[in-house]
Amino acid sequence: MLSSDSDILNEAEAWKRAGREVALATVVETWGSAPRPVGSHLVIDGDGNFLGSVSGGCVEGDVITEAMDVIGDGKPRMLEFGVADETAWRAGLSCGGRIKVYVEKVA
Amino acid sequence: MDLSLLSALNAERAARRAAILVTDVATGEARLVREYEAASDPLAQELAERFRTGRSGTIEVDGRSFFLTVQMPPVRLVAIGAVHISQALAPMAKGLDLDVTIVDPRTAFATPERFPDVPVLAEWPSEALPKLGGLDRYTALACLTHDPKIDDPALEAALRAECFYIGALGSRRTHAKRVERLQAAGFGEADIARIHAPIGLDIGAVSPAEIAVSILAELVSELRRDRRRTP
Repeated sequence: MLSSDSDILNEAEAWKRAGREVALATVVETWGSAPRPVGSHLVIDGDGNFLGSVSGGCVEGDVITEAMDVIGDGKPRMLEFGVADETAWRAGLSCGGRIKVYVEKVA
Repeated sequence: MDLSLLSALNAERAARRAAILVTDVATGEARLVREYEAASDPLAQELAERFRTGRSGTIEVDGRSFFLTVQMPPVRLVAIGAVHISQALAPMAKGLDLDVTIVDPRTAFATPERFPDVPVLAEWPSEALPKLGGLDRYTALACLTHDPKIDDPALEAALRAECFYIGALGSRRTHAKRVERLQAAGFGEADIARIHAPIGLDIGAVSPAEIAVSILAELVSELRRDRRRTP
């Protein structure tokens, strides 16, 4: 089922209340043609389950990996993804856009 | 983010109230600002602008970077008329993430069997709309009964509430008569011009499903007016 960003925030709350570890990723800036608008969310739990989207599939894998660290140490992180740049990030945006994603723990 | 803050944000949305979550992205420190609290916030001017545009975004203040998650109430569609077009419209509108409610006082039409996916109120608009918390700027209204007794009171309520989209089914002749009735009720030209009639984008729609597509396309074009390539 498709999920709206509001469903995702409700789900994030429900997951946390159910005792799961939860991180929330949010698109905070975009440049050029970015697949998802500013404010889009992805919620991730401690087992790597996720709901929502910050890029339409291009960088979710990396965001989920980083979210595990955020859940681990509780410190928020700012991630930046651009056109496929092998030295900096494994993931890239084939559309040529750039996005910044903020990842925080729900505590 | 604290669970209590996330919970408060979700509660504001459920109550159809606009709110902004202000997050200092360096520290993770965050606060929730409701529309009535914005004027007394240190970021008052910026927040007022964000409440107006509904757009989330990053701002820099005194060397600190804040992300503003702007949450407007969920967009809602109220369809007057539990008719064939509404049966096609309801699931499509849900697919677009709209909160859909069907209103029709004719109990033979307004049955859960005909509308398994969405709430149906078998009441007159004058009774049903207050139960929905009234209409507002984040609500679209589609009048689909052809019956002035049912459609007109809802249209008048939608014009007063400044619904972002108002559409009414019916031929140009039917609409001309409708315009006369609304004028007699005291509505001016600018008000009446806000009604999309005949309803729906002109895509030559024939079947109920095609008409539903044309209505939803017109609704989205109003919702996203500021992003359109042509005004």
